[in-house]
Amino acid sequence: MSDSACVPSSVTAVPVAKVAARHSALVRVTHWITTFCFLALLVSGVEIVISHPRFYWGETGNDLTPALFKLPIPASRNLVPTGYGYVLPDQNGWSRYLHFQAAWVVVFTGFLYLISGLLTKHFSKNLFPRGAEFSWREFSISIAKHLRFERPSDGEAWSYNLIQRLAYLLVIFVLFPLVIWTGLAMSPAFVSAFPATVNLLGGQQSARTLHFFVSCALLIFLLVHVVMVCVAGFKSRMRAMITGRADSPMERS
Amino acid sequence: MSEPSRIKLSRRKLITTGLAAAAGALGLGAAARIAQSYGLIPPDHGGIYGLGETLTYASQRLLTRHSLAREFLRSQISKPPFPNEIPPLNDAYKRLQAGGFADWRFSVNGMVAQPASFSLEQLKSFPSQSQITMLQCEEGWSYIAEWIGVPLSRILESVGIHPQARYVVYTSIDPDWWESIDMADAMHPQTFLAYGMNGGELPVGNGGPLRLRVPRQLGYKSVKFVTQLTVTDSLKKFGKGLGSASPEGGYAWYAGI
Repeated sequence: MSDSACVPSSVTAVPVAKVAARHSALVRVTHWITTFCFLALLVSGVEIVISHPRFYWGETGNDLTPALFKLPIPASRNLVPTGYGYVLPDQNGWSRYLHFQAAWVVVFTGFLYLISGLLTKHFSKNLFPRGAEFSWREFSISIAKHLRFERPSDGEAWSYNLIQRLAYLLVIFVLFPLVIWTGLAMSPAFVSAFPATVNLLGGQQSARTLHFFVSCALLIFLLVHVVMVCVAGFKSRMRAMITGRADSPMERS
Repeated sequence: MSEPSRIKLSRRKLITTGLAAAAGALGLGAAARIAQSYGLIPPDHGGIYGLGETLTYASQRLLTRHSLAREFLRSQISKPPFPNEIPPLNDAYKRLQAGGFADWRFSVNGMVAQPASFSLEQLKSFPSQSQITMLQCEEGWSYIAEWIGVPLSRILESVGIHPQARYVVYTSIDPDWWESIDMADAMHPQTFLAYGMNGGELPVGNGGPLRLRVPRQLGYKSVKFVTQLTVTDSLKKFGKGLGSASPEGGYAWYAGI
């Protein structure tokens, strides 16, 4: 009793130093491992595409067959008709090693995130839209706010808005599974054991083309995500994802 | 009061952490030994990409030991067949080409009961088989062709391989161009010594007169103009010990992906 009498009364009014983290440690760690792996996959993926910047549909495609579309870039192989008078250096060796290593790490990280997200109800609590929120009205309000690049309110520092939830769900449950599937469908050994993975996609070249499009979708997500972080407040959002601490309305006032 | 309890706690933590670390290290060591004895470690497992390579090779070897590469319909054969760029052919090749490849030899040595050397005629005297499979390049392009030849397993059975054999190393007429595969791929029913394509001879641009077709791996494992194969229990004494010329040039030894 005598101890508590010594404590200045003002201290009790201030919230305790230990506040719940904005993002759990597991979400923060898996977020940054995924970021690191995605950038590695992106750089190495671009390098691999440069060796044959032509895309096809169906089972086969090569320099002698018509392309579905071509990227207007030079290639790192001189047999590819690109229209450029020069050939870029071959970077496929390390790119392929890095691509598959990063893929393994991100798949393990994704599993860890999925399992913990189910166990801690992270998905149902934080990501799946709440009943009342999930309406066309709310959806159009959220879209309008985004188009005006409106800074989110203080309350939103502790939750996700509707479009944000839908975008994250799309990335986690649609784009990542698709990019893994289309990637595996290009592996001659993997499809020898599981031929349906490639047959369902319409062929090996279709799988490659789809892998490219899904990767583009993920890249667009990354760019929009970074822009949104800047709009919402780069420092506060980065701090929340690195240290777990977020601005609380109480601290601000 | 608080001081000793903190020490106790940290000591307990230290012991559990130590035990966990020791168990982890032992577990990893045991896993590595088991993986090694089941042939799940690729020769290029060293270096910063060793983890990814080992995971890929080990998982695919476990999943695909006996699986067959997809075969296609005759109507799906790519027309025209795609001849990829080939390096300049050396004088030895040109000499044999001038003689209609009559003197082409494919020799088999190493851990075999009877080392042998086969002419194309001798290879063709084995029952010929064909497969319509895809050749897929690591660059991204692909084509489907009918490959005609003799399964490598028939040749290996005819020379009698030693039980301790684990890999076969095969070389093009250009000695800088060599690869190796494990016994699962060497004995696989679709691994062919191909001398024909789409009903005719194997064109030079596609590796004629003789190419080792490994349809469950990317094109660069299907070495063109093969002249020699060595059966071995270890890849350490070949080149830089990384398994083949590919890892020496920065490419993965295992190309099932």
